[in-house]
Amino acid sequence: MTRKKRRLYILLLCAIGLGSATALTLTAFQDNLVFFRSPSDIAREAPPPGRAFRLGGLVEAGSVERGGATIRFRVTDGASTIPVTFTGVLPDLFREGQGVVAQGVMRPDGSFAAREVLARHDETYMPPEVADALKRSGHWNPAQGAPPPAASWNTLTPERRSGS
Amino acid sequence: MLPGVDATSPSARLPRPGGSLHRFANPGRFLRLTESWLPVLAVAAVLVLGWGAAWGLAYAPPDWQQGETVRIMFVHVPMAWLAMGGYAGLAILSVMSLIWRHPLADLTARELSPIGAAVTALCLITGSLWGRPMWGTWWVWDARLTSVLVLFFLWLGHAALVRAFDDPERGARMGAILALIGVVNLPIVKFSVDWWNTLHQPASLTRINAPGMHVDILYPLLVCAVGFSLAFAALVLAATRAAVMERRLRALQMAAARRAEVVG
Repeated sequence: MTRKKRRLYILLLCAIGLGSATALTLTAFQDNLVFFRSPSDIAREAPPPGRAFRLGGLVEAGSVERGGATIRFRVTDGASTIPVTFTGVLPDLFREGQGVVAQGVMRPDGSFAAREVLARHDETYMPPEVADALKRSGHWNPAQGAPPPAASWNTLTPERRSGS
Repeated sequence: MLPGVDATSPSARLPRPGGSLHRFANPGRFLRLTESWLPVLAVAAVLVLGWGAAWGLAYAPPDWQQGETVRIMFVHVPMAWLAMGGYAGLAILSVMSLIWRHPLADLTARELSPIGAAVTALCLITGSLWGRPMWGTWWVWDARLTSVLVLFFLWLGHAALVRAFDDPERGARMGAILALIGVVNLPIVKFSVDWWNTLHQPASLTRINAPGMHVDILYPLLVCAVGFSLAFAALVLAATRAAVMERRLRALQMAAARRAEVVG
């Protein structure tokens, strides 16, 4: 075996060892690597009372109530829903149907008291005219969640409305 | 990029600059070969970047919900791609350095890491500037952001480590080992948004035929990515050429000094 071959094999062995060690570590810390928990996760396994955590999901359509400085809405992942109250400044992207990540604690009554609310947008990008065309044609209601499959709109060129 | 067929000559085992018979390892040949590439790369980078910037900043439409802020993407995404693609390049150079003891791979890796660190820093900075108005925060410790920060530290660590030894060959070897250990971070950066839930959204360009991005935004993004990649390549090439010439100059000065000693 030449020196180069030997060095190559040593390198490959190290790569396999390091790769499996990393994979095992990441699997072991799976629960700590998630940034937020979904309403279903909370329904399955409620965190201890008073313990702060992050709750993530979509703002349910029709659930936002603004009363003075406090805002109430519900966060859903389709299967479960958790009511949230928050006092403070919401990010610009906050709306019904938008993803949010809220940090706070569960109250005894089963609602979530958020200290901070962040917006989590999806991975689609489209010009306003395209979004309007999809909404007009009834293919998409942003309050209900994600847009339709990208192949149906990513080359769409609706008439640009002038004067807007 | 791979070295030539010479694997048996004893001289190839000795890491002597200029003494190796590897095709690209010969610094003189490398300098001659790349002399004409550099202006071509630089001019192409300026033209394509100008085109991409004009298209992205002036003609591309805003996003329906993010508005004009989405234009940060035309810098942020190419920087993210270059941070990861550049690191893959560093890993290939490190393999060449460790297995074939390729001296030019050492020099290129040494010049690549500060540029890679700068690109990763730009990715983090533009991402932070984008996150504040859209998400409502400059920074969160989610898996994507944290793994990119680790990538930045790996770049910085490599840049510092290869310069930390009096013997540049030893520094290059240590840097190559660090770079290869850091490769485990690349799939973590890429798949963090799929493996764990994160505040950062998943990739938009997962399938070629159905990118989750309207073509009016996608095409200027791709032009910007090509432009930044050309600029990145031009910077790395210019820095490597300068390093080769510097090394030659040092060798000549040493030879002159030795001659003077003998004569004196």
